[in-house]
Amino acid sequence: LFQSHMATKTTCMSSQGSDDEQIKRENIRSLTMSGHVGFESLPDQLVNRSIQQGFCFNILCVGETGIGKSTLIDTLFNTNFEDYESSHFCPNVKLKAQTYELQESNVQLKLTIVNTVGFGDQINKEESYQPIVDYIDAQFEAYLQEELKIKRSLFTYHDSRIHVCLYFISPTGHSLKTLDLLTMKNLDSKVNIIPVIAKADTVSKTELQKFKIKLMSELVSNGVQIYQFPTDDDTIAKVNAAMNGQLPFAVVGSMDEVKVGNKMVKARQYPWGVVQVENENHCDFVKLREMLICTNMEDLREQTHTRHYELYRRCKLEEMGFTDVGPENKPVSLQETYEAKRHEFHGERQRKEEEMKQMFVQRVKEKEAILKEAERELQAKFEHLKRLHQEERMKLEEKRRLLEEEIIAFSKKKATSEIFHSQSFLATGSNLRKDKDRKNSNFL
Amino acid sequence: MTRNMWSVKKGFDFTLMVAGESGLGKSTLVNSLFLTDLYRDRKLLGAEERIMQTVEITKHAVDIEEKGVRLRLTIVDTPGFGDAVNNTECWKPVAEYIDQQFEQYFRDESGLNRKNIQDNRVHCCLYFISPFGHGLRPLDVEFMKALHQRVNIVPILAKADTLTPPEVDRKKRKIREEIEHFGIKIYQFPDCDSDEDEDFKLQDQALKESIPFAVIGSNTVVEARGRRVRGRLYPWGIVEVENPGHCDFVKLRTMLVRTHMQDLKDVTRETHYENYRAQCIQSMTRLVVKERNRKDRSRN
Repeated sequence: LFQSHMATKTTCMSSQGSDDEQIKRENIRSLTMSGHVGFESLPDQLVNRSIQQGFCFNILCVGETGIGKSTLIDTLFNTNFEDYESSHFCPNVKLKAQTYELQESNVQLKLTIVNTVGFGDQINKEESYQPIVDYIDAQFEAYLQEELKIKRSLFTYHDSRIHVCLYFISPTGHSLKTLDLLTMKNLDSKVNIIPVIAKADTVSKTELQKFKIKLMSELVSNGVQIYQFPTDDDTIAKVNAAMNGQLPFAVVGSMDEVKVGNKMVKARQYPWGVVQVENENHCDFVKLREMLICTNMEDLREQTHTRHYELYRRCKLEEMGFTDVGPENKPVSLQETYEAKRHEFHGERQRKEEEMKQMFVQRVKEKEAILKEAERELQAKFEHLKRLHQEERMKLEEKRRLLEEEIIAFSKKKATSEIFHSQSFLATGSNLRKDKDRKNSNFL
Repeated sequence: MTRNMWSVKKGFDFTLMVAGESGLGKSTLVNSLFLTDLYRDRKLLGAEERIMQTVEITKHAVDIEEKGVRLRLTIVDTPGFGDAVNNTECWKPVAEYIDQQFEQYFRDESGLNRKNIQDNRVHCCLYFISPFGHGLRPLDVEFMKALHQRVNIVPILAKADTLTPPEVDRKKRKIREEIEHFGIKIYQFPDCDSDEDEDFKLQDQALKESIPFAVIGSNTVVEARGRRVRGRLYPWGIVEVENPGHCDFVKLRTMLVRTHMQDLKDVTRETHYENYRAQCIQSMTRLVVKERNRKDRSRN
């Protein structure tokens, strides 16, 4: 439990320091004390501290609408959490999270229950698993962000990472559904999956045996990694190993009570009999409660933090370009990588700025050239028009001159003819005709 | 009188379609209904194989006899329906199958030699609704709407031993409401004549209010209350398939085989087939008229 809440990478700060430590370690001697010191109370101190801090547990329930997710959770925690019937006609899968404060003796539990809404209802279910994956990743991301903060409050941080995913399998008695396979394959590297057979009171004992075997073999042959109850702690190894062999748990949930014998028990009343939830002959509910809450809750939290979260963190940081070893295989600290990245980005930014500047200058030049060209064209046109105008004018001038000359000539002739006319009138009339003819011929 | 005797000699035939997701007990129910083992040699696919599965249509035919009356029963199955991850338009092969049978009958009926017409038309479709949800799902609605004008749909609430009596009532009511809300036209039991006796009328009314039939099926015989019956053995009790207090199996069987088989065939012939036939002729006529108009236009 002294764990990796201090999740910073200590290895990369290597230098002389850890070498010295290692030498010291190898020279550690075990000594016996001559009296009672009192550090045997350390576990108690830890327990007290934990109790004071309170515990936090987050469960994700994945299953078709109406399969009994809410009822099972109610039954597991013996509480009527609020719930209402969801519709089958949601266009996509959504996730709904609710947090509750529970208390048992002096232990406080902050329980978050996340349910899928609309899972399995769509006609095309190819995208159904994505919102679930996204939700799990988002909680990891939020934790990562908190971890990377400069001023962080990890110890008061409300950890929303999913510690366990209960996957509800429909009790067809045959095998997994295609959607189940697809979804679990996409979740098994991100969360602890515990598959359960829902509404198991519709499967008879013999059918159940065959069904469980078929389900497990399908999971194994498709490489789906479900959560295994840990067998390294001697005190619980035996019971955990036995339970691993009973997966998936066939469960029945109910908050209704029926009188059996002289007790009121949680049960479902049928015309042909009463299914008792806590009767191990009837279903595996008690086993699930034991395993999930009483025995392995802490391991589920630990696995989430040390395995699933670490994987997420590593992938994310690698994506961002961070590594543990630099180009010459020398260890590189986060600081160094960060500085290198920053420098790189800075350089990149400068380059881009330069580029944009150049582009801007270029564009201005181009525009200028275009405008100049336009101006030149305009000027040429103007000159051309002016010239045309000049020519026209000269032509007209010429025409006018000719016209004026003609007018002058005509006036002269007119004057001359008038003189002749008057002269001939004074002379004899007989010459008149001859003169006229002569004049006419002269004229012609 | 003579016609009936002729039918009896020739034997009767009935084509029943069963449709719904895998794992809802369709095969078990069919076996229970007709007390045979139709599906002895079938192989069930696992999840991985079903991911890209397409819908198939399979037929099993058996001849059964009771007191000199022969029945040729054809069961049409739809393996793969609703099982893939993407089930878009998975109802299409089913609709096409039904239409094909209509088409074949239409051709045969208009042929010259009509002595031995084979009637492969589907007389009834039992549609299995999952009892694990809150009612109808989008796929159920889509399927029924695509087929309600082609075949008599009788909705079934499958694996009903997962529901307590109040849950059964609530679910039935919800499903009936949703069927009406979505405008799905399921098979309507004909109203009984007003001069029938009260018992019969009550029975008739009860039948109508039982929709969807909440059924349980079983391939095994168990010992219950001193008798050997078809049932399911649980640690907490024995479910008897033919016990009307446990499920509607008897009602369904009575309706399907004993009282309404002929009506199902009649409605198929008189309504669904006639609709198909009329549409066919109409579209043929339209084609002919269109062709004629086109010719006229090109001539002018």
